[in-house]
Amino acid sequence: MSAPARPQSIAHLERLIAALTARGLVSEAELAARQASTDRASPEVGARMVARAWLDPEWRALMLRDGAAAAEQMGVSMAGAPPLGVLEDTPTLHHLVVCTLCSCYPRAVLGYPPSWYKSFEYRSRAVREPRAVLAEWGTTLPPGTRLRVVDSTADYRWMVLPLRPAGTEGWSEDRLAALVTRDALVGVALPQVPTALAAE
Amino acid sequence: MTEARFAPGDRVRVRYDWPEQRPQPNGLPSAHIRTPHYLRGRLGTVQAVLGSFANPEDLAFARPAPKRALYHVLFDQPPIWNEGAPGDSLLVEIFEHWLEPLESQEQAA
Repeated sequence: MSAPARPQSIAHLERLIAALTARGLVSEAELAARQASTDRASPEVGARMVARAWLDPEWRALMLRDGAAAAEQMGVSMAGAPPLGVLEDTPTLHHLVVCTLCSCYPRAVLGYPPSWYKSFEYRSRAVREPRAVLAEWGTTLPPGTRLRVVDSTADYRWMVLPLRPAGTEGWSEDRLAALVTRDALVGVALPQVPTALAAE
Repeated sequence: MTEARFAPGDRVRVRYDWPEQRPQPNGLPSAHIRTPHYLRGRLGTVQAVLGSFANPEDLAFARPAPKRALYHVLFDQPPIWNEGAPGDSLLVEIFEHWLEPLESQEQAA
């Protein structure tokens, strides 16, 4: 079986890398390091940060004051990354993150953005009819909760620190982290305790 | 850090300006704007000074990009669209050169 034809875009990329390397602007080692850190980034990092914030008030304070410093403590390299802001949900305030201009997303702690986050529909509707968007996700905010949509338009990247669900008293950090999904870190969903577990 | 003109709690108006619509002789895109169109001319409240960052309107065209103060500005959400739930809000990063102070009589209005 013959190898598939290489797309022209790969050839363009290789010429670009060669030109940048020749000018001393990047090195192969730097590219490899960035690729490795990009591949490591996933919502599990953000989920661990949230679970720890639910358990450790000092960590929570650090995370709210300087999200990038908190991420660094989790072993994430934030060198060259935009500052990370953390949006604290309360019993009366829920946050939802969108980037109406493009697709700004806290990749260092959430990994690649899902395609719906980048879609024209999400980007236009999240600021105009956010409660309808949440309803389509099956997310109902408790009565009396105000919704704050954070349009990520500039130099920060934002993640949500959701409320710890009831029924998780005494849970370990690992067990709590497993409740925090990517969607909960963007704010379209709330952390849920599976019914079977809640009955334990 | 660039001196910030506004402080948390200050009432501000987003400039009603459309630089991206000003014609360019060369026919190329004329502007790169990070202020969402739906907020032009709207009234909000400074929630936080986020720091100072190179102006993306210059960066996009590889021009020297002086740092500008960046704010988190809070807006009531329903008045923007004439729909929505009372109490819901929008929180958006806006650079200082897009913000105007509100006159005291406007604040009272």
